Amino acid sequence: MNPVIRIHARTAVLADENIDTDRIIPARFLTTTTREGLGKYCFNDWRYLPDGSDNAAFPLNQSEAKDCAILVAGCNFGCGSSREHAPWALLDYGVRAVVSSEIADIFRNNALKNGLVAIVVGADEHRWLLDNPGVDLSIDVREQTLTLPGGNVFHFELEPFARHCLLEGVDQMGFLLQHAGAITAFEQQREAA
Amino acid sequence: MSPRTLFEKLWDAHLVAPETADTPAILYVDLHLVHEVTSPQAFDALRARGLPLRRADRTLATLDHSTPTLPANAEGERPYATPQARAQVSKLEANCREFGVELHGWDSSERGIVHVIGPELGATQPGMTIVCGDSHTSTHGAFGALAFGIGTTEVGHVMATQCLLQRKPKTLAVHVEGRLPQGVGAKDLILHVIGAIGVNGGTGHVIEYRGSAIEALSMEERMTVCNMSIEAGARAGLIAPDETTFAWLKGRPRAPQGEAWKRAVAHWRTLNTDDGARYDREVRIDASRVRPTVTFGTHPGSAIALDAPVPAARDAVEQRALDYMQSHAGQPMAGTKVDMVFVGSCTNSRLPDLREAADVLRGRHVAKHVRMLVVPGSEAVRRDAEAEGLHEVFRAAGAEWRLPGCSMCIAMNGDMAAPGQLVVSTSNRNFEGRQGKGARTVLASPATAAASAVAGHIADPRDYLSMSVQEEQAA
Ligand code: SF4
Repeated sequence: MNPVIRIHARTAVLADENIDTDRIIPARFLTTTTREGLGKYCFNDWRYLPDGSDNAAFPLNQSEAKDCAILVAGCNFGCGSSREHAPWALLDYGVRAVVSSEIADIFRNNALKNGLVAIVVGADEHRWLLDNPGVDLSIDVREQTLTLPGGNVFHFELEPFARHCLLEGVDQMGFLLQHAGAITAFEQQREAA
Repeated sequence: MSPRTLFEKLWDAHLVAPETADTPAILYVDLHLVHEVTSPQAFDALRARGLPLRRADRTLATLDHSTPTLPANAEGERPYATPQARAQVSKLEANCREFGVELHGWDSSERGIVHVIGPELGATQPGMTIVCGDSHTSTHGAFGALAFGIGTTEVGHVMATQCLLQRKPKTLAVHVEGRLPQGVGAKDLILHVIGAIGVNGGTGHVIEYRGSAIEALSMEERMTVCNMSIEAGARAGLIAPDETTFAWLKGRPRAPQGEAWKRAVAHWRTLNTDDGARYDREVRIDASRVRPTVTFGTHPGSAIALDAPVPAARDAVEQRALDYMQSHAGQPMAGTKVDMVFVGSCTNSRLPDLREAADVLRGRHVAKHVRMLVVPGSEAVRRDAEAEGLHEVFRAAGAEWRLPGCSMCIAMNGDMAAPGQLVVSTSNRNFEGRQGKGARTVLASPATAAASAVAGHIADPRDYLSMSVQEEQAA
């Protein structure tokens, strides 16, 4: 995983609450056996019209939303299934961070493990970001801050280990493998009991 | 030691290393369930690092999501929805061969939905930690196991190390006291609970269901309840094991035998919340007030009694959901025209679920304009149902009796509804497009699904259940 230290990008807004992983990537695209190239299916049934053309009503299809790498979403983003295809699709689609007032547990875990920065902000900040799409936002992972265009700074919570992994580009498998000895000891102790 | 909740006992017993300010806990996994959709990239991760799968003996795989539910043709070819679906299944077969994982594939008489076969085989046991790349892993919590869904990166972690990095979740007690009324079941109860606490009401928490109404449930009903914990956003759902649990597990292929069984049961009896233990949150539900419950919107929290008026939208997003569903504020869901009915999924595809649907359908016929699919959860359920003649009841009523799999719960295998069609479904998710692009899903119990199939519109099952069945349920 590449380190993620700072993200400076414009925001795009999907204000719906409870955007579930089936909306992020419908299940019929999950028959893939790789993780690459899922961006073209991201928000598929929302983004395209039945004839395959772009749905002008989908906020991320608007010209202002082009090149926006920070997605501000309604409460409880990523609820539903555990499919890691959801963060894979978002990243491949060009999203580097998701900001909401609440992000579903499994999705947030999956996102952070792939370098997609999932940030929960307070209700007031969230409201402001929802109401003001297209602002230039700076996310500083080290400082855990989000800086608005006017210079206003908000702090956000980030699980310390996830933050460490983002900053150092550490993948967690390596960390677990370092504990192989402790795992073996745990197994032996239990089997002896 | 200070009093602990059931969750804390399970958590503490699986700590390889406790959490610190800087690092999550390392939690040991007793049973890893694997299916074709969320595993291929994890097996690739092992290969990329040249790692073996650490504990094949704690890993169990099945084919369920992408698999066709119609039989193979004369040449033995199965009607896969797409070449990719076939390739995904072949990939799991090859991966299991390469890494020595037991796979319940096409040739297994125990194949089925991952959350149906784990318990059936007795692989799911009280006190375990159980994970799977699937959010409905919470099902196994019905046995007093700490069971939760993980992403594919974590599937790789478990394959390589049998461990996960986890922060300790909070606890939420859902106390359900009283008696469920006649004709009202576990599915109605859990939809009611999610409606009460909200689709994100359990986020960050492990739910423990407890109280007299929970103790009165059968194991299959407890699985239905725990299955849908994730639909309230919870990490997991739990029910303390008791005599019902032990009786259900005894003699199953992977359950302990003889002396080991006695020792296991003695240990399992300690798996409950100590008096005086504290939960982070508590919610109380009166079982006697639950009625046959259905959803009216596009998430499982939009649940109401089927004869209650649909609430008015409070904002544009809620209005969009009502518009998508073509639900009307102020009118009940009962009476809504139905196009398809699906009885199946890891929520409601076990033998008692099929019996419940068959009790409504016996001697009746599915309405002319309705197509009904009944998909057993496993080969074992299929065998048992056929031994009782349930398949004949379904066929005589005009329903299709299929091979086991996830089928229309996730609509990956080609079983799906057409755009705009309304499906009354015993599955767990009514998200937009879940059962086919543009399809509208109403979640319901097997009895409500069957009654709606017969009526041709959403119907109250209490009008269709014979008195004898209702009395049996009450007994
Ligand atoms: S039946 Fe549905 S919810 Fe259950 S495992 Fe299959 S797809 Fe997931």
